[in-house]
Amino acid sequence: MRIKSVSRTVFRICVWISVAGIGTVQAAQSLDTIIIDAGYDKQTRIAIVPFSQGPEFSRLQAFSEIVEFDLARSGQFAPTARDNMLSYPNRAEDVFFRDWRILGVEYLVIGRAGIDPAGKLKVDYHLFDVFNEREMIVDSVTTSRSGWRDAAHRISDRIFEAVTGIPGAFSTKIIYVLAQNSGMPNAHYSLELADADGERAKTLFSSNEPLLSASWAPDGNSVVYVSFETGKQTIVLQDLQSGARQLISDFTGINGSPVLSPDGRRLAMVLSKDGNPEIYVMDLADRSLSRITRHHSIDTEPTWTEDGRSLIFTSDRGGRPQIYKVELGTNFVERLTFEGDYNASARLLPDGQHLIFVHRRAGIDHIAWLDLERDDLRVLTQTALDESPSVAPNGTMLIYATQVQGKGILAVVSIDGRVKYRLPSSSGDVREPAWSPFIETL
Amino acid sequence: MIKLQSLSVILLALVLAGCASTATEEPVEPVTDTVDEVKVTPPEPVVAPQEYSAFDEDLNPRMPGTNRLLPRTYYFEFDSAVISQDDLASLEMHATILRNNRDRSVVIEGHCDERGTREYNLALGERRADTIRSYLTSAGVSPRQIEMVSYGEERPEDPGNMEASWARNRRAVMIYR
Repeated sequence: MRIKSVSRTVFRICVWISVAGIGTVQAAQSLDTIIIDAGYDKQTRIAIVPFSQGPEFSRLQAFSEIVEFDLARSGQFAPTARDNMLSYPNRAEDVFFRDWRILGVEYLVIGRAGIDPAGKLKVDYHLFDVFNEREMIVDSVTTSRSGWRDAAHRISDRIFEAVTGIPGAFSTKIIYVLAQNSGMPNAHYSLELADADGERAKTLFSSNEPLLSASWAPDGNSVVYVSFETGKQTIVLQDLQSGARQLISDFTGINGSPVLSPDGRRLAMVLSKDGNPEIYVMDLADRSLSRITRHHSIDTEPTWTEDGRSLIFTSDRGGRPQIYKVELGTNFVERLTFEGDYNASARLLPDGQHLIFVHRRAGIDHIAWLDLERDDLRVLTQTALDESPSVAPNGTMLIYATQVQGKGILAVVSIDGRVKYRLPSSSGDVREPAWSPFIETL
Repeated sequence: MIKLQSLSVILLALVLAGCASTATEEPVEPVTDTVDEVKVTPPEPVVAPQEYSAFDEDLNPRMPGTNRLLPRTYYFEFDSAVISQDDLASLEMHATILRNNRDRSVVIEGHCDERGTREYNLALGERRADTIRSYLTSAGVSPRQIEMVSYGEERPEDPGNMEASWARNRRAVMIYR
């Protein structure tokens, strides 16, 4: 034990020195991605032939590799290794289906990347159904030259949807908190924005005081979060384009759990200004407040139902934290979870019928899934200290925060628990992830 | 046991002292200054002499009548906001000091260990701070002298993730102003 704690201290000191060497402002580093469990027994076999791309592109700008990694990460596809390919077509007329049938490939993707006369990046691509020898997609994506990753993710989205029938969510973003020197006097926190695959991380705001509970506006243009930058808890709304920050709430006590309504006009949050944590809804147009819960227990972590008429929240009114639902018109409260003595931080899946939340089992916090109609509860994660689950807008995956060897990392698990990948950061502890809604990136 | 007994004697003395000063409204200024302090004091007669004895140079409260600092951190059981019986005597001393020094105020920080969700822990941290606040106000401290801030699990005292660290992190801290 002693040895372990000593080595941890040494590690932390090393980190501190390296950070100090770089300077006080450290550029955001992208997250790494490590696939832990690819999940499915029967994955769709897809071949993504390296796209032809002119000398204008760096070798690192490999479109087909991004598409391949997106599809592999979903757990539903097994991409064919390029060394095993018998031919490398880039045009429809060069495709020989037997080359792919021999390999057992079900779907084939080919493409060409170039610069169009207007100086924009243009990627032409095709998706083929190999067994039926059918062209399923012939399309092109045009974007600025710096947006080459957006082009690749957009192609992944279209392919995913064409094959599975579910819209792809590879063009989405995540926000999360990066904490450096956490638990030390020189702790530093930053709110980061990155692609869903952890790439292109950039800092939205940083502070020497804690940041947490970030969530997205439904249009994906702004984010709302809790900041202690004044030494007290405040709720801040930040525009992603301009970076402009707006103070929404700084009442005495808790100003927590901000979540915008599906129409973006109201903000549900937790205030303890009246002496006890209660759920409130603020009308953003006139900043008027409505108090939703009235109970001497802790009421916190609201989330909206898709119709904007109810809130799901955590309360310990029954003695232990459990998940409840309150109807805003009538204030009628209904308890949703009964299994286990700690259920908290709920989010609804897009279908409105399933809930994901933090569920404590044998003293360990996991992420669980609950079918609200059948009352069927499943534990999705085997890691410990799991928290802050957030669902991808297509409802297939969720991102959450956990710890591995004392280090805060982000992890992603499919809704059925079978596919898992991790997003650690080499810059520090990462936590409090929130997956964006569908957004326009092109 | 001996320690507890002597504490309660001090406590009793303190409560009596507190009653005496409040009864006369204006605090009586006993001549307790040491020689070198007298040299400094003439230009600032505003400072009540009893502050020298009640607080150290960082303005943190001392155990009455001693040079030792009064504990300012109180620890809690897992998922609990109940004050330990062992802490009541020292909290009573804080109450006495704040009653006798109405110009001083205190910020009570509430903290949790890392288990459980962050927002629930902010609420639990506030509940811990609130039990300390309630104790102080019921002992006669003005609510205006007290502010609370909950940091939930965001500011651990010990960054480790075993029970020994967690126990140190489940706490309320009194910061004098």
